[in-house]
Amino acid sequence: MLTRYANPARFMALSSWAMPLAAVLAVAAFAIGLPWGLLYAPADYQQGESVRILYVHVPAAWWALGIYTAMTVASVMSLVWRHLLADVAARAMAPVGAAYCGLCLVTGSLWGEPTWGTWWVWDARLTSMLVLFLTYLGYLALWASVEDETRAARLAAILCLAGFINIPIVRFSVEWWSTLHQGPSLLRQGGSAIDPSMLTPLLIMAGAYAAAAAAIVMALMRAEIYRRRAMAAATRRAAQPA
Amino acid sequence: MTAPFADVAAVFRRDLKLAWAAGGGAATPVAFFLGATTLVPLAVGADPRQLATIGPPLVWITAALAALLVLERLFQADLEDGSLDQLLLASTPLELIVLAKGAALWTAVGLPLAVAAAPIAIALQAPVAATPVIVAGLLLGMAAFIGFGVLGAALAAGVRRGGVLIAILVLPFFAPPIIFGAASAAAAASGTPSDAFLLLSGCAAAAVALGPLGAAAALRFQAE
Repeated sequence: MLTRYANPARFMALSSWAMPLAAVLAVAAFAIGLPWGLLYAPADYQQGESVRILYVHVPAAWWALGIYTAMTVASVMSLVWRHLLADVAARAMAPVGAAYCGLCLVTGSLWGEPTWGTWWVWDARLTSMLVLFLTYLGYLALWASVEDETRAARLAAILCLAGFINIPIVRFSVEWWSTLHQGPSLLRQGGSAIDPSMLTPLLIMAGAYAAAAAAIVMALMRAEIYRRRAMAAATRRAAQPA
Repeated sequence: MTAPFADVAAVFRRDLKLAWAAGGGAATPVAFFLGATTLVPLAVGADPRQLATIGPPLVWITAALAALLVLERLFQADLEDGSLDQLLLASTPLELIVLAKGAALWTAVGLPLAVAAAPIAIALQAPVAATPVIVAGLLLGMAAFIGFGVLGAALAAGVRRGGVLIAILVLPFFAPPIIFGAASAAAAASGTPSDAFLLLSGCAAAAVALGPLGAAAALRFQAE
């Protein structure tokens, strides 16, 4: 039993200070980034005040993709090394990624109405984000449906890998339609196309989202490890004659 | 110990017999296909011009949903009655056995659905000249749907009433074949050249190659 929890024990020791630290960083970055983006950053010369939605929207989109990638890495580790901590991590990341993805879709819709004149278009970027959201939902549904936890973890890992292949395929297949969503503005040849007065609050918000995700994921992982320890302890007690 | 080919052929024959033996086999999805497409003109009206634009894509959507219907029992019955344990013990790789089961499903259900699409597409005002492309596209499309479908069916094999779960798991994977399949059908209906058919073939090849790999991995965990 001790060897099985050797690595989770190390994780518990690490996360006992890393989780509060991430939470504090997240609160601090939101406290700076939110007022900066929503109140003090300049309005866009074309989009006007509605550009402020993007300080909420863009980091959500980045990390919805980033978290799915991290889940895929955890799933590979789960399938290759059968590592308990990888299962717990992938499971803990899924609801956060799904929430970011949902937030990205909702804020994008709110931004699209004043800017593009429509709540929703079946554009390549929007459609592939929606498919990513559906993939998150399927992943969570599979976890919820399979009772045996180890089996649920392995099956969900297979689904996660398959979804990771599907998402770029969907992305390129919907490129067929003329795309309304803009191309990348930050990581492109010739440097960022965003003015520093807007880029700085955007990057602070991206940091806030990352820190918040790290804090929530670690909290969920700790709760899950405590739950498993409690169940193992209950099983041991039940097995011992009084 | 038998040769892999003999095992694969035996599984193919067995699943084909089972598909046709149990409650009409392929007749049920085809009847669903017919019933669901009948609702289309009832909802959008009988205007032939309007039907001509949305008819071929709706044939594709309905055929994809019909393919979902048959996935639930694909591995569940094998898991319940112990056949899966026997298949795992066989010297033939499980991937090949899953491929054989998928091929049997394609023959028993995919092929009749694709053929049934011809009269349905014509009834929905697709040009008669476009129906060979629609049927050929659906033959490939069914291979793609079943390829991804066996993965979903294997993941949900141990889940009671897993049909809805399979649909949720598999529908995101249906996006690429639906895009290219419906595009190839629409291009054929309007007479414009398009390479959607080639991309649809690519989707089908990827699904047939990767679906059984994932499904076999999932089934090994189901039997553990």
